[in-house]
Amino acid sequence: MKEKIISEKRLLFKSFFAFVFFIGAFAIGVYAWKKLRNEEKLGGVQKTLRKGLSTNEKIFSGLFSEERLVKTYPVSEAVKRVRVNGNDGLRTPLDSTDWRLQIVKKNGDTLSFTLDQIKELPKTDIVFDFKCIEGWSQKTWWSGVKFSDFVNHFHLNDEVKLNYAGLATPDKQYYVGIDMPSMVQPQTLLCYEMNGKPLPLNQGYPLRLIIPVKYGIKHLKRIGTIYFSDQKPPDFWAERGYDYYAGH
Amino acid sequence: MKRIVTKHTLAVRWFHWINFPVLAIMTWSGLLIYWANDIYKIRIGGKDLISFFPNSIYAALNIPYHLAEGMAYHFLFMWLFFINGLLYVSYTALSGEWKYLLPGRKSFKQAWLVVLHDLHIRKGLPPQTKYNAAQRIAYTAIILMGFGSIVTGLSIYKPVQFAWLTWLCGGYEAARVEHFALTIGYCIFFIVHVVQVVLAGWKNFRSMITGFDVLPFEEKIIEPEPVPETPIITPVNS
Repeated sequence: MKEKIISEKRLLFKSFFAFVFFIGAFAIGVYAWKKLRNEEKLGGVQKTLRKGLSTNEKIFSGLFSEERLVKTYPVSEAVKRVRVNGNDGLRTPLDSTDWRLQIVKKNGDTLSFTLDQIKELPKTDIVFDFKCIEGWSQKTWWSGVKFSDFVNHFHLNDEVKLNYAGLATPDKQYYVGIDMPSMVQPQTLLCYEMNGKPLPLNQGYPLRLIIPVKYGIKHLKRIGTIYFSDQKPPDFWAERGYDYYAGH
Repeated sequence: MKRIVTKHTLAVRWFHWINFPVLAIMTWSGLLIYWANDIYKIRIGGKDLISFFPNSIYAALNIPYHLAEGMAYHFLFMWLFFINGLLYVSYTALSGEWKYLLPGRKSFKQAWLVVLHDLHIRKGLPPQTKYNAAQRIAYTAIILMGFGSIVTGLSIYKPVQFAWLTWLCGGYEAARVEHFALTIGYCIFFIVHVVQVVLAGWKNFRSMITGFDVLPFEEKIIEPEPVPETPIITPVNS
């Protein structure tokens, strides 16, 4: 604690200066805040905030490791009533006999798969804490084919060398983009069963994505197409202000 | 002439006044996020005592349907909150300011006396330096709470990559409750802090802006040199 003896005039000057500086800094803060609030939007959110989300994506995708698995639980802990949130991309009636999973290869060729072809691959079960971006979470049980198994079996190894996978519903009304490390993480499933039974329509029958390292918004229901790209594929919720990465 | 004594260094004032709006933005954006799944209640004997939060509060603050915006603000300003907090803690540790801040062995007993004094039950305060015992406890607790917000926040934000943190918090859902409870803690701290600042008066508040306390200046009275006693010479009548 420094002690000083100063003249009254000097004290008045010092106090005045401190208050002017304080009020000035406060005004700058208010100005910056108003500017941020009124900024032009990019993907449904102020440009600076979008930049912040992208920077966070760079930082935290750098920390991502495929070896860090999502915690799993025994089937007995899975809930019976699984919450349904949103039906974007499911409003068009489904023609289940015509449904095929379309895989668009790097060279533009499209491969088509029936559900039975997919089911021939080894089946994997997972019970994990499904996390919605709204804040709720539920321990749920899903079964399907590991995406990484699917890639190996159908020789898509060159495709998964690209940076992103894009998925869309058959009617293209819902679509997500997913970074490849998350997509090939060993717990990512092309899922066709929930609680040991075929997926209900509102949970994405015949085939949906289950990607435990992401929020629910990325677990696209009723997959129509999967394609691969070095550029970020369009993402339904990222166009509406949400984080593109949305990963854990 | 006036005597001034440094009370709050420039660094401390910066950290304090940056933290205030940043924490306000974090609380507000946190509320935008919380609204999307607002399930917390205080329930006693099967009756809802407090529900977080009533619709009237949401409506008054224009909270509903801003989840995406809330997350975008929260995940940008978290960096400012974190960096400012880290700099403050480093500064406090290195500058020796911690000596005025950390509670000591007697602080808990003395803090009780401070509370009694503030409630006008007891007269007189125990001796103190910059902060009294109650302030030491409160200001140290708020730093620990800040640390808690970062740990619980990271546990919710990246529960897979930081699974060990989430585990430390008792799981994902527990981390969310803790993160929320800490925020309620800040709000209570804020109310008490502002009331105390108002009661402490202008001079105390001024020192958080100017940095110094003004103390009475006592001029030393310069006494004249004592005059040596001279023998009284009386004329002798002869």
